[in-house]
Amino acid sequence: MNTLIHWWNLLGADGQHLVVMTAQIVAVMMSVIVSVAMMTYAERKVIGFIQVRIGPNQVRIFGLPFLKGLAQPFADVIKLLLKEVIVPAESDKFLFLLAPLIALVPALATWAVVPFSPDFVLAKLDAGLLYILALTSLGVYGIILAGWAANSKYALLGAMRSAAQIVAYEIAMGFALVGVLMAAGSLNLTEIVRAQSHGYASYVYPWQAAGFLSWNWFWLFPLMVVYFIAGIAETNRAPFDVAEGESEIVAGFHVEYSGATFATLFALPEYANMILVATLASVLFLGGWQSPFEGYLAADLPLASPSFLWLFLKILCFLFCFLWFRATFPRYRYDQIMRLGWKVFIPITLIWIGVECVMVWFKVGPWARVL
Amino acid sequence: MLTTILFYVFSAVLVGAALGVVLSRNPVHAALCLVLAFFNSAALWLLLEAEFLGIVLVLVYVGAVMVLFLFVVMMLDINVAQLREGFTRYAPLGAMVALLMIGEIVYAVWFRQLGVNLAGSAPALAPGSNTAALGELLYSKYMLPSELASVVLLVAIVAAIVLTLRRRPNLKQQDINAQVAVRSIDRVRIMKVDSVTRS
Repeated sequence: MNTLIHWWNLLGADGQHLVVMTAQIVAVMMSVIVSVAMMTYAERKVIGFIQVRIGPNQVRIFGLPFLKGLAQPFADVIKLLLKEVIVPAESDKFLFLLAPLIALVPALATWAVVPFSPDFVLAKLDAGLLYILALTSLGVYGIILAGWAANSKYALLGAMRSAAQIVAYEIAMGFALVGVLMAAGSLNLTEIVRAQSHGYASYVYPWQAAGFLSWNWFWLFPLMVVYFIAGIAETNRAPFDVAEGESEIVAGFHVEYSGATFATLFALPEYANMILVATLASVLFLGGWQSPFEGYLAADLPLASPSFLWLFLKILCFLFCFLWFRATFPRYRYDQIMRLGWKVFIPITLIWIGVECVMVWFKVGPWARVL
Repeated sequence: MLTTILFYVFSAVLVGAALGVVLSRNPVHAALCLVLAFFNSAALWLLLEAEFLGIVLVLVYVGAVMVLFLFVVMMLDINVAQLREGFTRYAPLGAMVALLMIGEIVYAVWFRQLGVNLAGSAPALAPGSNTAALGELLYSKYMLPSELASVVLLVAIVAAIVLTLRRRPNLKQQDINAQVAVRSIDRVRIMKVDSVTRS
C-alpha cells in the first residue's frame, strides 16, 4: 500500500490527472459496452414478452440455477469473436476492415461530453452540443464505406439507403437541438441540464424548482418527439431499418461481414448509438440527472435530490420505447421515410423554433427570467 | 512542447492526406483522403483554441459535404485512365494556380516575419469562450453580411431545386393524404359465405 502511495506521489499533478482521466474514460467505456450487451438481452426478452414468447432462457452464469438466460449476450459475444472473419475476394480489403472501426469511433467518442451527474462529465466542453452533432454526423461513414468496400450490390444498396436516410434526419435532429440551445442559452450540456432545474414553469411556482414541470419537454414537446424519432431513424432501428431490410436486400450494408467484424463493430455501434440517443434525449429534454420531485418534496430527501439514478431511469424509459417500437410497427416504406423526414419533421421543427423565438421575445414562461 | 509535437503530427498527416487526394488512383480513396485532411485541419484549429471553427469544419465539411461527395463518387463509375488523358492539357493551368498560391503564402509569411499584420488586429478573447464571442460578433457587428450570406445560400438551394424540377406527364404519384386516410372498411370486405355440406 505504501509503495502504491509512493508511486502515486511520484507521478506529480499532471501524471495523476492523466491516470484519473484514463480511469474515468475506461470506466465510462466499460459501462457503455456492458450496457450494450445487456441491451441485446433486454431486446430479446422485451420483444419476446410483447410477442408472447419467452426469449433467451438457457445460458446461465457459471451454471448457477437462477437468472437463466442472463449470460446469453456474453455467450453470443464469445461465439462471434471466435468465428472466422471472411473478407470477400473482390472487396477493397483495407476499407473493408477499416469501416467497422470508423463506425465504432463516433459511437464511443460522443460519450465524452455527456454529463452523468452534477459533477461527473469527462470533458467540460463549451461547444458540447456542436461536438455531439459533429460526431453523430460521422456515424454514416462507417455504413457507407462498409457498403462500398464489400463490393456487393446488396451492401451498396443498403449503404445508399442508409446514407440518404441519415442525412435527411440529421437536419431535423439539428433543428431540434437548436431549440434546446435557445432554451438553455448555452452549448454546454451541463449548463443545459442546469438551466432546466428551475423557473421553466415559473408562472406556476415563480422562481422555484418545479421538478418535472420545469424540464425542457414542457415547452419543447414537439422538438422532443422529433428528436427521439429522428434518433431512431439515425440509428437505423425499426421501423426505419430499410438499410438492413431483410426482406429485400438481405442484410443491407453489413451483408458481407462476419464474426468479430460484424459483432463488435456493427452490433456494438448500433446499440451504443441507441443508448446514446436515449441518454441525450434524457439530458436535453428530461432534465438529465435532476429529480422529478424537486421542489415538491423537502429538498434533503433522497427522492428530491439530483443523482445519476434519475438519469439512468430516464434512459431506461427511452430504451424501452426503442424496443417497444421495434415490436409494434411494421417497417416504413422508403418514400414514406423520406417524406416524414423532409416534409413533416423539418417543417415542425422550423415552426416550433419560430414559436420559441416569439416566446423569447415576449418573455413567456421560462424566458421571463432569462431576459 | 506537447502542443508543438501535436502540431507537427497533425500537419504531417494533413500534408500526407492532401497528397493522397491528388495522387490516389481510386476516386473513393481520394475522397476519403480529403476527409482525413479536413479532420487534421480541424485538429489544428482546435490546437489554436478555435474550437467552434474546428467542430463546425467537421460538422459541415466532413459530416455533410463529403458524405454527399462520396455518395456521388460511389455511384459514378469513374474511369481513371480517361481522366488521365486530360492531364497534359490542364497541366499548365494547374501549374499557374499552384505558383500563384505558393506566391501568396510566401507573401503572407514574409510580411508576418516583418511584423506587418495583414488581417488587422484581432480582438483579444477570453480563453475557452470564443464560441460566445463569435456568436456575439456575427449577430451584432457582422449581422448584415451573415444575413446576406444566408440569403445567398437560400437562393442557391431554391435554384438547385428549380433546376432539377421538371414536370413529367403520365407520372404516377402516391397521394399520401389519401393513403393515410384509408380505413379498413374501404379495403376489406367481410363476406358471409354459407358453408355447404356435400353429401
